[in-house]
Amino acid sequence: MADPVAFYGTQVDSRLMLGTALYPSPKIMAEAIEASGTEIVTVSLRREGASAQAGQAFWQIIRDLGVKVLPNTAGCHTVKEAVTTAHMAREIFETAWIKLEVIGEEDRLQPDLFGLVEAARILAEDGFEVFPYTTEDLVAAGRLIEAGCKVLMPWGAPIGSGLGLSNPGGLRAMRAHFPDVPLVVDAGIGKPSHAAQAMEMGYDAVLLNTAVAKAGDPVEMARAMANATIAGRQGYLADPMEPRDMASPSTPVMGKAFLT
Amino acid sequence: MTIWLNGVETRVETTRLDQLIDDLGYGAAKVATALNGDFVPKAQRPTTEVKPGDRLEILAPLQGG
Repeated sequence: MADPVAFYGTQVDSRLMLGTALYPSPKIMAEAIEASGTEIVTVSLRREGASAQAGQAFWQIIRDLGVKVLPNTAGCHTVKEAVTTAHMAREIFETAWIKLEVIGEEDRLQPDLFGLVEAARILAEDGFEVFPYTTEDLVAAGRLIEAGCKVLMPWGAPIGSGLGLSNPGGLRAMRAHFPDVPLVVDAGIGKPSHAAQAMEMGYDAVLLNTAVAKAGDPVEMARAMANATIAGRQGYLADPMEPRDMASPSTPVMGKAFLT
Repeated sequence: MTIWLNGVETRVETTRLDQLIDDLGYGAAKVATALNGDFVPKAQRPTTEVKPGDRLEILAPLQGG
């Protein structure tokens, strides 16, 4: 069943976005990306000496895979840092997409929502298509949309924690408040069931990295995450039943034998 | 002169940014540059002068989450 989703007018069939960091090797990273069926991967920029060619080799692998790239501003703690990094990423990766991270608190890598809104406004006015890494805060979400964001990426839990969806009520409220904005749960997903849970809530996609890269078998986990994302999406579309506190027999009572 | 290249004090001979990148051996590598915290687009490298003590960042693609 074709069920595409569009981000800034770019349509993709896979609702799973995958990070490219922390894999045991570039080969396993490439195999995991292929096994996941993802069409969008996140990438970054870092210092590299002229003699070290790791970055160039990495970029060649990504190009060969034919996936779209979503560069991030990971590690940026100020608006200025994030905006400068975004500009550098746009030139290198030749895309207007930017996964905007402005980190405000180190222990939980919590987004600085004030800096995030400011950086999003600056970048959107400059033609960037911003994917802000945010929280489930509805006020910040509204400000990000006003700033020009057409996608929002709330965290499920802190980056790399694998805790799953820490605040499902908040994420549900966000979905309900912004029914027409593509929403992506980014960060905190540790198991396939977490990805399925986000998709069952009606989220448009999930973005994860560590859960696959640090699994005992990253390639198999990539496949599992892909299946879970599809299952969760199908479940959402199929309109799940309402839970109830009391039992309700599924086997018909009528016609039951009287055996006592 | 001496500049701060990717956080390391480095002696360089050239002041023009595009030539400096060539001299450092980056060649055709896919890199982006920032001087003293400001992005310098590739097209502006030939007209960008690097001065003693400047902070030059040369960044390359890397894995990211």
